[in-house]
Amino acid sequence: MSESLDLHLASVETSLDNPVLPFLRQDRIPHIWCPGCGIGTSVNCFCRALSDSGLDLDKVAIVSGIGCTGRTAGYLNLDSFHTTHGRAIPFATGLKLSNPELNVVVYSGDGDLFAIGGNHFFHAARRNMDILVICVNNFTYGMTGGQVAPTTPVGPTQTTMPYGNFENPFNLPFIADACGATYVSRWTIYHVRQLAKAMKEALGKKGFRFIEVMSPCPTLYSRRNRLGDGVDQVKYYKEKSVIKNGVDTKEVGLGYQGEIVVGKFVDRERPTWLESMNAHYSHHFGDAFQPYGVKNGQD
Amino acid sequence: MSAEDDARKGKGTVFVRVEVCKGCSFCIDFCPSHALEFSREFNPKGYHFPVLGRAEDCTGCDLCGLYCPDFAIFGARWKDLDEKRQAASTPTQP
Ligand SMILES: Cc1ncc(C[n+]2csc(CCOP(=O)(O)OP(=O)(O)O)c2C)c(N)n1
Ligand code: SF4
Ligand code: SF4
Ligand code: SF4
Ligand SMILES: [Mg+2]
Repeated sequence: MSESLDLHLASVETSLDNPVLPFLRQDRIPHIWCPGCGIGTSVNCFCRALSDSGLDLDKVAIVSGIGCTGRTAGYLNLDSFHTTHGRAIPFATGLKLSNPELNVVVYSGDGDLFAIGGNHFFHAARRNMDILVICVNNFTYGMTGGQVAPTTPVGPTQTTMPYGNFENPFNLPFIADACGATYVSRWTIYHVRQLAKAMKEALGKKGFRFIEVMSPCPTLYSRRNRLGDGVDQVKYYKEKSVIKNGVDTKEVGLGYQGEIVVGKFVDRERPTWLESMNAHYSHHFGDAFQPYGVKNGQD
Repeated sequence: MSAEDDARKGKGTVFVRVEVCKGCSFCIDFCPSHALEFSREFNPKGYHFPVLGRAEDCTGCDLCGLYCPDFAIFGARWKDLDEKRQAASTPTQP
């Protein structure tokens, strides 16, 4: 025991070496997330992705809506926007269009992005707005006390579904695919290496990119349904996940504690909204049109 | 020899910021070498935190570091740590 304590003391001096600390606003840590909440693990993976991407961090901005996941923007040491509920994507769109050289990332919850914010998601994907959307899906409204969400599977109890949920949930990768996203993948927080790699890959791509991250909410989802703590949910992810890259997104809907299909489902090229606009008006007006957000005649 | 040198049993080690750990056990359950276990002591917030119970099994792979939702732990290879420390203490050539 004393030996391990010595190591802890040794760790005080070197603790600043933790590779993720420079990516965080350390004055805000410890964060508010509950013990065993998976949001922090996803943020940890995102920090590794930022680090591995080699991107100039002054040109990366992060936008969140409201919710436990929505707190992410406030913890990352990037230019960040903590917006109103459901409106992270419109803010991100404005940010991207006013300063096209920014790499804009939306980081928010399933309720924020697909309940109140659903319409924004569909249209940004349809237009191929050049942003990366990371959705932490914990199947519930964590911050407000565990109400049923558009992602809650049929079966589990929620505060607004005391006898279990009977509503059909969204299949998020299928929605993103159908709306035209250029990159769609799903991982769980068990798959830390794959998730960090997917985030890095998506940061380097253009167009509307979507990553779904399955993550436990022990406080309001797992415990309420007697599924144990956060770690028990992550063990379930480990047991029941199958990697199926390139599979039809129609096939990846999630049932209650059932099989989880993970992997990269979509990776395609499509002109972004800005590219389409520039091409369209250049075609109509020729040299009289000054393409927007383009440097030295090329993007 | 420092306490740290004495403790060099495996290929790597972990560094824990005991005070920010929330005792979720992700690092303990998903360490591929099963090198970690919970402390008997509590941290100031009342959580048990991870200790390197089987130091000889730690490879320094840093998977615990990736799993930690609270940024409280990370692993490193002694080899990399030595290189880093040496680089930090060697004055750069003009
Ligand atoms: C306009 C508006 N309506 C409702 C709310 C209440 N509210 C706050 S967070 C939230 C849901 C968050 O769910 P999710 O996005 O899944 O985040 P989580 O907490 O699960 O990470 C709701 C309904 C609000 N803040 N503003
Ligand atoms: S309520 Fe749920 S989602 Fe929110 S911090 Fe706690 S565990 Fe995480
Ligand atoms: S560095 Fe790797 S082997 Fe060592 S405790 Fe962490 S996860 Fe286990
Ligand atoms: S993963 Fe982090 S918070 Fe959880 S027990 Fe390990 S060090 Fe503590
Ligand atoms: Mg949620």
